[in-house]
Amino acid sequence: MLDDKDRIFTNIYGLGDTSLKAAKKRGDWSRTKAIMAKGREKIIEEIKESELRGRGGAGFSTGMKWSFMPKEASERPHYLVINAAEGEPGTCKDREILRNEPHKLIEGALLASFAMGANTTYCYVRGEFFRETEALQRAVDEAYAAGLIGEDACKSGYKFDFYIHRGMGAYICGEESALIESLEGKKGQPRMKPPFPANCGLYGCPTTVNNVESIAVAPTILRRGADWFAGLGKPNNTGTKLFNISGHINNPCTVEEEMGVPLKDLIEKHAGGVRGGWKNLLAVIPGGSSVPVVPKAQCDTLCLDFDSCQDVHSGLGTAAVIVMDKSTDIIAAIARLSSFYMHESCGQCTPCREGTGWMLRMMERMVRGNTSVEEIDLLEEVTRQVEGHTICAFGDAAAWPIQGLIRHFRPELEQRIADYQSSDKTAAA
Amino acid sequence: MSGSTKTVVQPDNFVFTSENAEAANVEIVKYPEGWQESAVMPLLDLAQRQHDGWLPRAAMDTVAGMLGMAPIRVYEVATFYTMYNLGPVGKNHVQVCTNLPCLLRGSDAIVGACKESLGLEMGETSEDGQFTLSVAECLGACANAPMMQIGDDYYEDLDAESTKAILGALKGGQTPKPGSQSGRHSSEPAGGLTCLKEINYGAGK
Repeated sequence: MLDDKDRIFTNIYGLGDTSLKAAKKRGDWSRTKAIMAKGREKIIEEIKESELRGRGGAGFSTGMKWSFMPKEASERPHYLVINAAEGEPGTCKDREILRNEPHKLIEGALLASFAMGANTTYCYVRGEFFRETEALQRAVDEAYAAGLIGEDACKSGYKFDFYIHRGMGAYICGEESALIESLEGKKGQPRMKPPFPANCGLYGCPTTVNNVESIAVAPTILRRGADWFAGLGKPNNTGTKLFNISGHINNPCTVEEEMGVPLKDLIEKHAGGVRGGWKNLLAVIPGGSSVPVVPKAQCDTLCLDFDSCQDVHSGLGTAAVIVMDKSTDIIAAIARLSSFYMHESCGQCTPCREGTGWMLRMMERMVRGNTSVEEIDLLEEVTRQVEGHTICAFGDAAAWPIQGLIRHFRPELEQRIADYQSSDKTAAA
Repeated sequence: MSGSTKTVVQPDNFVFTSENAEAANVEIVKYPEGWQESAVMPLLDLAQRQHDGWLPRAAMDTVAGMLGMAPIRVYEVATFYTMYNLGPVGKNHVQVCTNLPCLLRGSDAIVGACKESLGLEMGETSEDGQFTLSVAECLGACANAPMMQIGDDYYEDLDAESTKAILGALKGGQTPKPGSQSGRHSSEPAGGLTCLKEINYGAGK
């Protein structure tokens, strides 16, 4: 388990002051200019060597992503866009960074922007996070006033601006190209790729979109060194990670832990255990609503990192651990997610726009049992028709929870149908 | 898009107050020359805040004019995002999260408490215009579930009793304290810290 000395987010609960002065005492904005003096290449190299994988869900190498940006400046400016459109059900980690550790984010934005030759960062914060946006804006104002960002950021001679753009309620704007569209003042509908944002992103210019947490951990990695970060966690799954533990545990919480922490240890050490004890566990969704559910038998030994979660046909996603005990109606739980995906589909691609509605209606029948066993296979088939047939990964995200349900809880689905049919006969008799 | 559009009486025109016109300019200059339409979302939000929480068509046309956009492009934006209300909403817009993490921790009881306390069904606005009750999708405070948003504030770690107390206070014209209602500071474990016990916070809270 992670030692306090290796924690990056030492004020994640906001128990300390969030002002610049206090943030500096905790180590933020220390030696920033010296890090910049190492040069762009060195910074990207260090992040690559740390093996930091993107914290927004996909887990792509952050250093690699940064290296995709053009090396030479052209007439087109470069942009860093920070994705703070946190809306994946179960996920509430970026919120804590925005309101309690904003200086880590701003400093990270400067260093990342510098490494990629960007003079401007736009931070796209979901609109509902109004108070969080206020907290971040206060920190931005402090950083400008102290000369840490602005015309001559940290007296490095580098010009750097940080702007906040508020979303207005659309889950799809967490998808990077939808976010870019939204930032350009349009409906948030994803773009076809290629071209990729690193070539043609915001305003047609080279752009990198990173999650809040990926950017906020960068300054500490650059200060303490890639070796320190890579020494935590597991190979290919390095460092620390913010976990959100919600649902049927005794003490729901957000906590920073080492990558690859055993699920059971995480829940028992930090969240006070599963309600009614570990044996009362039914299943866990380990990475936010979009990843398939993992039944208890696999939870017993599951470690929370990208590769381990993939090995059980799920994903680490945003590391939003949703815990469900045996009192849960698992069919209704997944149906609730189907309702969410139907509500949030942007409507651009037919398989997703229509498919999310079909899936929800079939799931509603599954909840009551008012259907046939054959329809379970039909539902599975519909999810396969949506998955992989849309511009963005939203279609996959809508399909996977249902696929996980069918994979692990088919007996429950069949039992529900049998119960409905027998009660129907009883009613008719 | 939310809010009833059934019997919306649209005002003939909309003008930003001088204060909001200034705030609009602060937004516009965030974006590069030639990309002023990036400011459409913040400007619509300013307009909505100025106009009792909803966006009349005249406001969309005003914003379109300010940014040199075709009005239809502004209508597209206003109808795409859920936080723009196209019809009147109550002074207190109560939005209860019912997504899975909240559902698992009893959001049904919170919905029930809201309905009972306000005498409203989901999507309805009280006759005195004080309250609108809506269902919200995940608001991103899952470690503090169940929760609801009222206006710009989050009320977290709710139960039926604390929900009723909050709504009661609002009815009485008071501003209840946002955040956790169970005494937590933020999203630390309720049973006491499991890490960061030794950190010196200096002059912290």
